[in-house]
Amino acid sequence: MPRTLSSRRTSHRLAADAGLLVVAAAFVLPLAWVLLSSLDTNANLQVKVPDGVTLDNFDSVLTPEITFTPLLNSLLLCGGGTALTVACAALAAYPLSRFRSRFNRPFLLTILFATSLPITAIMVPVYALFVQVNLIDTMEGTIFFFAASQLPFAIWLMKNFMDGVPKELEEAAWTDGASSLQSLARIVLPLMGPGVAVVTVFSFVMMWGNFFVPFMLLLTPDQMPAAVSINEFFGNRGTVVYGQLAAFSIIYSTPVILLYVLVARRLGGGFALGGAVKG
Amino acid sequence: MKTATGPGLAKRPGRAPAPATPGTRPRHVPFLRALPVTPAVVLLLLFLAGPIAYCAYIAFTDLQLTGQAEDSFVGLDNFRAAFDDEAFRNAVWLTLVFTVISALLGQNTLGLALAALMQRASKPVRTLVGAVVITAWVLPEVVAGFLLYAFFRREGTLNAILDWLHLPTQNWLFTLPILAVSFANVWRGTAFSMLVYSAALNEIPKEITEAAEVDGAGGWRRMWHITLPMIRRSIGTNLMLITLQTLSVFGLIWVMTRGGPGGKSQTLPLFMYEEAFQKSMIGYGTAVALLLLVVGSLFSVVYLRLLRTEV
Repeated sequence: MPRTLSSRRTSHRLAADAGLLVVAAAFVLPLAWVLLSSLDTNANLQVKVPDGVTLDNFDSVLTPEITFTPLLNSLLLCGGGTALTVACAALAAYPLSRFRSRFNRPFLLTILFATSLPITAIMVPVYALFVQVNLIDTMEGTIFFFAASQLPFAIWLMKNFMDGVPKELEEAAWTDGASSLQSLARIVLPLMGPGVAVVTVFSFVMMWGNFFVPFMLLLTPDQMPAAVSINEFFGNRGTVVYGQLAAFSIIYSTPVILLYVLVARRLGGGFALGGAVKG
Repeated sequence: MKTATGPGLAKRPGRAPAPATPGTRPRHVPFLRALPVTPAVVLLLLFLAGPIAYCAYIAFTDLQLTGQAEDSFVGLDNFRAAFDDEAFRNAVWLTLVFTVISALLGQNTLGLALAALMQRASKPVRTLVGAVVITAWVLPEVVAGFLLYAFFRREGTLNAILDWLHLPTQNWLFTLPILAVSFANVWRGTAFSMLVYSAALNEIPKEITEAAEVDGAGGWRRMWHITLPMIRRSIGTNLMLITLQTLSVFGLIWVMTRGGPGGKSQTLPLFMYEEAFQKSMIGYGTAVALLLLVVGSLFSVVYLRLLRTEV
């Protein structure tokens, strides 16, 4: 009996492998297109072996106007938004995790509710509001909105990570006369370093990839992040140079992929869902 | 045990010191304890709750972008106009199609299938497939849109493959744009469901499935009678979350089709954008946004109910 069971397992494994590889092949085609086209002197819309491998596409998009300014804008927007999100989330999570209060539960429920609201829906009123208060087309306005839209999930994640830090260590510090904020900065946050890293990377990745928010709130071309400026390849430049579009896409995507790999390795693939799904 | 000598606690006799927080801690009034929450609350009120409240207000006005000194209150006119509007009903229908095909059928089923297959597959295959599917998910929305645009275009990869197989080709983005963007969303979003289900399946004790296997239950029966009932909470959570994500997809569709041709892939977010900006009807566009927000809130509430035992 064990033999047949194990041979059945082997054939099951082969079938599973085959099935997965078929799906992976379908998933890989668009990715292969962007990789191959970026190296192709004569790229079109199909996956094909490059006519001649070259770095010319990268060379021609690596200019201040096409790449550096938009990426710097992305960095300012997402860096600023992430810093604000993480700082506010860490502060907010602390009392929620450490002190008992009858406000905790309603607050957390509201946060969780806000986490799943479709932010896309409020972009039109946000635009109208930003026009009224003169925040339209400003980096700081966009940063504030980015931070606010990411905050609910960040607080939620942060609180869950903070719950994992044992209280005893902090109590020792309190006995020695440290204040709550001191123990948060010196003991809790360092101990939950991986958790803070996850919140930081997750917030940054979400903002880096977001198109609609800067598309609505910024108007001046000089301020556009890469998520919006990539549209230029289709707009005013006449015929689309697909090789350059592919090269730019790779340059723009690389940071978030690297960040994801960095964090995912350390904490296991499902990290981003820890807060939303585990509860 | 905590000494209840704080001024805040002294004011409220009868309230026992919090039992879960033993030890000595700095004496704080409850107000001071809540102080660190303030920056977050201010941000959320100003930039999230504020716009939502403003949304609820201008949805009932005739606010326009240009040529109007004052907006005036028009009551339910915007909503009446919406339901009379052929284009709005079209957008509602397309949003439904998009959500059902890409989220409920596509991402959910494919994510579960991938997670289930990965339980049995060999490690290198598992790693490879995971990497590919997750890369599609991590890519910025606009980049994903371009990749799929290239894939579905008349001269793109899909038609090249169909041609090679001697199957009929067509201009997907023109003939079946809603299907093309739905598949694009499956491509982009499946990783999320896959991760949710992988985590859920990993938590099922091996003994249970092994016992069923020894008893002779085949793969499908085990899936249907054991695995699915055991992960039903994850299924509920996953369905809620991907539905909410799909309801608010904008960039992907915008890049691939701009909602066209002729509104054939114009879901509610794109309809909202067009009415508010290309036609300058902010009031009307916001009414649509409010409807979207209400639908989203309903889903959020259901999601909270699903999680209620765990909060």
